[in-house]
Amino acid sequence: MSVITYRQALRDTLRAEMVRDENVLVMGEEIGVFEGSYKITEGLLKEFGPRRVKDTPIAEEGFVGAAIGAAMLGLRPVVELMTINFSLIAIDQIINHAAKIYGMFGGQTSVPMVIRTPGGGGQQLGATHSQNIELFYSFIPGLKVMAPSTPAEASSMLRAAIRDDDPVLFLENLGLYNSKGEVPDGYAEPSNDDVATIGRAGVTREGSDITLIGYSRMAMVATQVAERLAKEDISVEVVDLRSLRPLDRQTFVDSVKKTGAAVICEDDWLTYGIGAEIAASIQEGAFDYLDAPVRRVAMAEVPMPYAKPLETAALPSVESISTAIKETLSAVGKRVG
Amino acid sequence: MSEIQMPRLSDTMEEGVISTWVKKVGDKVAAGDVLVEIETDKAVMEYEAYEDGFLVKQSVNEGDTVPIGAVIGVIADSPDAEVADSAPAAPAEPAEKEEAPAEQPAPAARETAPAEPAPAADESGASGDGEGPRPRTSPLARRLAKEYGLDITRIQGSGPKGRVVRADIEAAAKNGAGAQAPEPSAPAAPAAAAPAAQAPSFDDGRASEELKVSNVRKVIARRLTESKQQVPHFYLRRTIDAEALKAFRAQINEQLASTGAKISFNDLIVKACATTLKLHPAVNTSWVDDKLLQHHRVNVGVAVAVDAGLVVPVLHDTDKATLSEISTRTRELAGKARDGKLKPQEMSGGTFSVSNLGMFGVDSFSAVINPPEAAILAVGAMRQEAVVVDGEVAVRNRISLELSVDHRAVDGAVGAAFLKDLAEILEEPMRIIL
Repeated sequence: MSVITYRQALRDTLRAEMVRDENVLVMGEEIGVFEGSYKITEGLLKEFGPRRVKDTPIAEEGFVGAAIGAAMLGLRPVVELMTINFSLIAIDQIINHAAKIYGMFGGQTSVPMVIRTPGGGGQQLGATHSQNIELFYSFIPGLKVMAPSTPAEASSMLRAAIRDDDPVLFLENLGLYNSKGEVPDGYAEPSNDDVATIGRAGVTREGSDITLIGYSRMAMVATQVAERLAKEDISVEVVDLRSLRPLDRQTFVDSVKKTGAAVICEDDWLTYGIGAEIAASIQEGAFDYLDAPVRRVAMAEVPMPYAKPLETAALPSVESISTAIKETLSAVGKRVG
Repeated sequence: MSEIQMPRLSDTMEEGVISTWVKKVGDKVAAGDVLVEIETDKAVMEYEAYEDGFLVKQSVNEGDTVPIGAVIGVIADSPDAEVADSAPAAPAEPAEKEEAPAEQPAPAARETAPAEPAPAADESGASGDGEGPRPRTSPLARRLAKEYGLDITRIQGSGPKGRVVRADIEAAAKNGAGAQAPEPSAPAAPAAAAPAAQAPSFDDGRASEELKVSNVRKVIARRLTESKQQVPHFYLRRTIDAEALKAFRAQINEQLASTGAKISFNDLIVKACATTLKLHPAVNTSWVDDKLLQHHRVNVGVAVAVDAGLVVPVLHDTDKATLSEISTRTRELAGKARDGKLKPQEMSGGTFSVSNLGMFGVDSFSAVINPPEAAILAVGAMRQEAVVVDGEVAVRNRISLELSVDHRAVDGAVGAAFLKDLAEILEEPMRIIL
C-alpha cells in the first residue's frame, strides 16, 4: 500500500495500460509536449513517441471524431478533453456517433474509446469553465459514464474503461487531482488485472442514521461530512455512485432501506439533475422504508460566478450538507446535536 | 347522459350516505322528482333530479358512504342507454379517518413482509405531504405499523406537521399501545371497507360486535368531545317553585282546548329562556376563535332524542314567537327529527339550548354545551317536595334547573343573574309572555 494523488494514480495507470496494449493511444490538446494541462500525460510522449501520444489542434469535434474512427478500426484511443465544458463542441460526435454506431450498424463494430475529462467548479474559472454537465452523457444509452472519487478507484476504473469495448466518458474533477489516498501495491504494473466492475456503486462508509449519496468530488465531500457528523454522534452511511451509467440503483436503495432516510449531494444544478434521478429511484425502490422525504443539496441555480465568495456560496459545502442531514434527522425524531 | 354526483348539502358535510334510492334503475325521472334520500352529517335529505330522463345506473348502494362529488348514479335519455363503467363510485372510504380502524392485518401478515420494492405501490399518491383528511405518515411508519399490527391513525405523530414517523411507531409498540385498536371504550367506527367476515379483534372477552355508526352519531361524538375538551364549563343549580307555572299552563290550555293545541312545560321554559336572554344579552353570545360574538337574534334549540341520536332543532327568533307558535313549531321539528328529515338550516344558528329529561324522572343533570352557544339549560322532573313557605312546611311542585355555562364567554355572576331572572320569571309566569 502506498498513498498517492488521484493525479498520479491516473497517470501511472494510463502508462501501464499503454505498456500492456500497444493499441492504446492518447490524444488531446497540449497532452504531448506540454504533458497535459493537469499533467496526467506527463512523460508519455518521451516514453511512447508521437505515434501513440497525439497533440491535437483546438478542435474537439475533429479529434473526438478521429478517435471514434480509430476505435472502430481496432485501436483503443484515450482522448483527453481539457474540461468537460469543451465536450459541448464535440457533443454531436459523442452522442450521435460514439454512442450509436454499435447499435445502428448491427453490432459490426464497437467503439472502444475513452474520453477522459474533468468537471468541477471552485477554481475561479468562470461560468463557462466551471460546469458539471456529465448529466448530458449519463442520459444517453450507448455511453458509459464513470466518475471515480479516490486514487484507488481512479486506477482500477480507468483500467476498466480502457479495456471495455464501449465508449466511456471518464469523469475526473479539478478538485480531486491533488487529493490523496491509498492504492494497492502494483497498481502501476502493466500486468495488474485489478479491473473495476463497471456500473457498481460502493458503500464507502457504513452508518445507521441516514444515507448520503454522492459521486466524484461530492463523494469525497460526503466522507468529510460523515466524519464530521460522527463526532456529533450521527451515523452517516456514504454511498459513492462511481458509475452514472449504468446506474447501480440496488446499492443505494439497499442502503436507504437500512437507514430510512437519504440526502443526495451533487455538484451540478438541482433542477433535472443527477440527484433527481437518484431521488426518483429511491422512492421507486424503497418507498415503504422512507421515514422522511429525500433531500437534495446541489449547486445554486445560477451560472457559476467568478468572484470567490460568490463561487463558494454557489457550491454545496460540508456545512450545507450537514444542515440538510440534521434537518432530515430531526424530522424523524432523531436527536441531533 | 349525465352523472349525478354526491351533493354538498350542508356546510360541514364531507361525505354522504345513500339512505334510500327512491327511483329504481330504469325508472322514468322528471326534473324535480325525488331521486334519492341522502344522509348527511346532520340529516336525511331528499335529493331531486335536475333533468328529465331515465335512471340507468345506481353507482352506490344504499347504506354506502361516498365523498362529495363522487358519482352516485347516471340519468340518460333512454332506459336502455349503455352505461360505461367509467364512473366507478369511490367506495366508502370514511373521511373521518381518525375514527376508522385501518385494515387489520391478519396475524400471519407479519411473515409476509414486503419482499421486493414495489415501484407502483398502491399508496404512492399518499406521501405524507398531501392535503386531505388522511393523517400524515411516513411510508416507513405505515409499513412498520402494519408489521406491529398497530392502527397508525391512532398514533400521535411527532414529525413535521404531525407526521407519524418510525420513532412514533416504535414508541407505540414499546409502551404497549400494542395490538390493534387499543381503546376498548372507543366504539370502533364503520368498517365499511373491511371484509365482513373479519371479526373485530379488540373483543378482549366482552363478546363485542361492531355496530354501524350513523353520521349523526359520529357528529355527536366529535362535537361533544370538542365541547367537553375545549369549553370550560361551569354549572349553576337552582330549584324553582312550579306551582304558579302549573296553574298558568292549565289556564292557557283551557283557553286553547277548542283549538286542539296544547302547551307543554317545556314550551313555557323555552319561551322563558328567550325572554330572559333578551334581558341578559351577555349570555346570548359565542366565544369563537378568541373572539366574543354578540348575537342579536335569540334562537333557542331544543334537544330531541331520536333513534339515530341526539339532535337539536332550533326555534329561530324564539323571543318573537308566541307560546302556541313555539309549541306548534317544536312539535313539527321534533316530528321531522324523528323521521330524519330535518334540514340543516333547521338545526343551525342556535344561540342557547334547552335539554329536558324530566319525563324520565331525572331530578337534575349537567348538560354539555352545544358549541358555539355559551350556555345550555338542563331541566329535571317536576316533583312534589316538602318545603318551608312563609314559616310553614308545605307541599309544593318544584323543578330543578341547571345551567351549564361557557366561562370564556360568560362569568359566574353574569350566569347567576341570568338564572335568577329565569327562575323568577318562571315563578311569576305571566312575565313569560310580557
